[in-house]
Amino acid sequence: MDFALTDEQQMIRDTARDFAERELVPNAPKWDQNREFPKEAIGKLAELGFLGMMVDPQWDGGGMDSVSYALAIEEISRGCASTGVIMSVNNSLVCDPLERFGTDEQKEKFLKPLASGQKLGSYCLTEPMAGSDAGATKTTAVRDGDDWIVNGVKIFVTNGAYADTFVVYASTDPAQKTRGISAFVIEMERDGVSVGTREKTMGIRGSCTSEIIFENVRIPDSHKLGEENKGFKVAMITLNGGRIGIAAQALGIAQAAFERSIEYAKTRQQFDQPIANFQAIQFKLADMATKIDAARLLTLEAAHLKDRGEDYSMAAAKAKLMASRVSVEVADDAIQIHGGYGYVEEYHVERHFRDAKITELYEGTSEIQRIVIGRGVTK
Amino acid sequence: MNLTFNDEERMVIELARDFAENELAPIAESIDQEKRVPIEALRKMQELGLLGLMIPEEYGGAGVRTSCYAQVIEELARVCAAVAIVLSVHNSVGAYPILRFGSEEQKQKYMPKLAGDWIGAFCLSEAASGSDASALELKAKRDGDDYVLDGSKLWVTNGSIANLYLVMAKTADVPDKPHRGISAFLVEKDTPGLIVGKLEDKMGLRGSDTAEIQFDGCRVPASALVSEEGVGFKIAMQALDNGRIGVGSQAVGIARGALEEAIKYAKERVAFGRPIAEHQAVQFKLADMETEISAARNLVRRAAWLKDSDQPHGKEAAMAKLYASEMAHRVVHQAVQIHGGAGYIKEYPVERYYRDQRITEIYEGTSEMQRIVIGRAVIAE
Repeated sequence: MDFALTDEQQMIRDTARDFAERELVPNAPKWDQNREFPKEAIGKLAELGFLGMMVDPQWDGGGMDSVSYALAIEEISRGCASTGVIMSVNNSLVCDPLERFGTDEQKEKFLKPLASGQKLGSYCLTEPMAGSDAGATKTTAVRDGDDWIVNGVKIFVTNGAYADTFVVYASTDPAQKTRGISAFVIEMERDGVSVGTREKTMGIRGSCTSEIIFENVRIPDSHKLGEENKGFKVAMITLNGGRIGIAAQALGIAQAAFERSIEYAKTRQQFDQPIANFQAIQFKLADMATKIDAARLLTLEAAHLKDRGEDYSMAAAKAKLMASRVSVEVADDAIQIHGGYGYVEEYHVERHFRDAKITELYEGTSEIQRIVIGRGVTK
Repeated sequence: MNLTFNDEERMVIELARDFAENELAPIAESIDQEKRVPIEALRKMQELGLLGLMIPEEYGGAGVRTSCYAQVIEELARVCAAVAIVLSVHNSVGAYPILRFGSEEQKQKYMPKLAGDWIGAFCLSEAASGSDASALELKAKRDGDDYVLDGSKLWVTNGSIANLYLVMAKTADVPDKPHRGISAFLVEKDTPGLIVGKLEDKMGLRGSDTAEIQFDGCRVPASALVSEEGVGFKIAMQALDNGRIGVGSQAVGIARGALEEAIKYAKERVAFGRPIAEHQAVQFKLADMETEISAARNLVRRAAWLKDSDQPHGKEAAMAKLYASEMAHRVVHQAVQIHGGAGYIKEYPVERYYRDQRITEIYEGTSEMQRIVIGRAVIAE
């Protein structure tokens, strides 16, 4: 039993923290208020090798392990949760399935520029009538000679308007529901691809969540990712890894809210002493710290299992379920500790609170995580 | 990072699991109802080397790492929380302080015995001194080459079965810094003046004894003093850091036992035409229980690992104990709820788990004390 991080893991965490302090912390409020996509910061993340962290160096990735990835996402999200999810989506939801299921040709063509950060990727699964129930996908891909013609509307696409490459899930055999879904790689520049509404989200406002419309988009068969009608499996395996990323993002948000709370509690004077002296505040801080540690250990455990090549789906679901809840609870407590100041933008914790909520919703709601875990323990 | 046990540790854990299944499962219910310490099971544990688990091999113990020890406690508590606390107290607050602070002579004298057929106990709490440990009043007065102990201790686990008591006593009045006047003494059972008083009639953990221990002109040689005068409070606090890992493991074990019972029941019990395990209302409870158990176990293991690698772990042990005990509260509560009326009767073990769990939030530092420890630490960081 050994919880120690390797030198490399510590170095990656420190690098991410330094970067976040320097580039993200000062800008995150502005990006949030203006709903501004942090394009420049993403470019710098690419230079650090953080956009394809776990991809084999053969495909221009960083060759790092999942533990390092979780540590980095947490630190980046501690600085800016929007940047955290942009990074998580590119790594977990785009690079990972391309490396896992792609042909060498696809890796050469699509994975390399995504892993090196020359291009930005995104993941198109959710539709207006298909959220948790991915089997209800209405987007279709129909064969036409050697090509496929894709039609449909995807929503809640992170990085939407700023993405160059999409992994798109479409029904290739609608009668078979989940067994009739296939995954495809589609470029933004392809004819028939357009960006629809950009959502006005409550939080992670620096990231861009858009509708992506596919209208008679023609792609060659070489863009099919994995086997025909096996796309649901691609999506599910991809989301397992994604949950580690979102759990880490949730932790980063919680950690930021927690650190701000300590700082505030030590400086804010009431009844002639810092409010940190009062048990009412101290006990909240103790609970926040304990919950964050509990969630962090679950997240690292899931990443560690993934690195060891063991089944980590239950562990990732537990990590995501717990870390997202902890994030919301800690951010809520942080506002309470700040009192009225917690309710104004200047003190940041209201942003953390808004940012935290999405972690309970995307890449599998908490309810979906409970289904995964509940089925796991009762099987 | 490597969150696995080595082969030797796996063998010890398996031994504990088998012992729990074969020897404790059949008696767990009866010792609870009869309020009986299962001394025969404890003797078997001594023979198997399970009781002196953390005592180094040079003294005849198994010398396992804390992380392995924690898992053994979990395995025992999963079946019988009462026996798990005997083990935890014996190792964490009985043997460990002697190892950490005792003289070579004290170690040579007592360690082989504690690895053999002796049982240890820890005497800190008093009628007017619980969480506020430095307010203790039991006095140890120097008299020539001896100390004479006078006073009374409460809530002593293993009180009536122990052979050796680690007793915190006041050797000096230090105004404003009362903890600096506290010293630790090793007192053997047969010492004249050591009297086992009232045995408490508890809600849970009824298979473990909790006694009042009186010291009435109890004379011990100066060689019974552990470390120096005035170091007792530090010894007690470090013992409790260690004990918190044990109690955290115990709480994880109780919760896991309750979850397993709940899963079994939910798969058998049919309502509205299908097993209740298939209803999301029940399945989601099980999912939350499973998640929180895993989280608590990781916190316990992290604290154990820090201790094993000689790193500070006061805050982390407090987190493990706080989270695990409160987690166990929620989990056993839901386990009873899943059982419905059946959970309220003694035929189903969750009724016992429910009662057993409750003490984990109280002893070896209440949840409130853990929050003080953690709160102070995070503010100071």
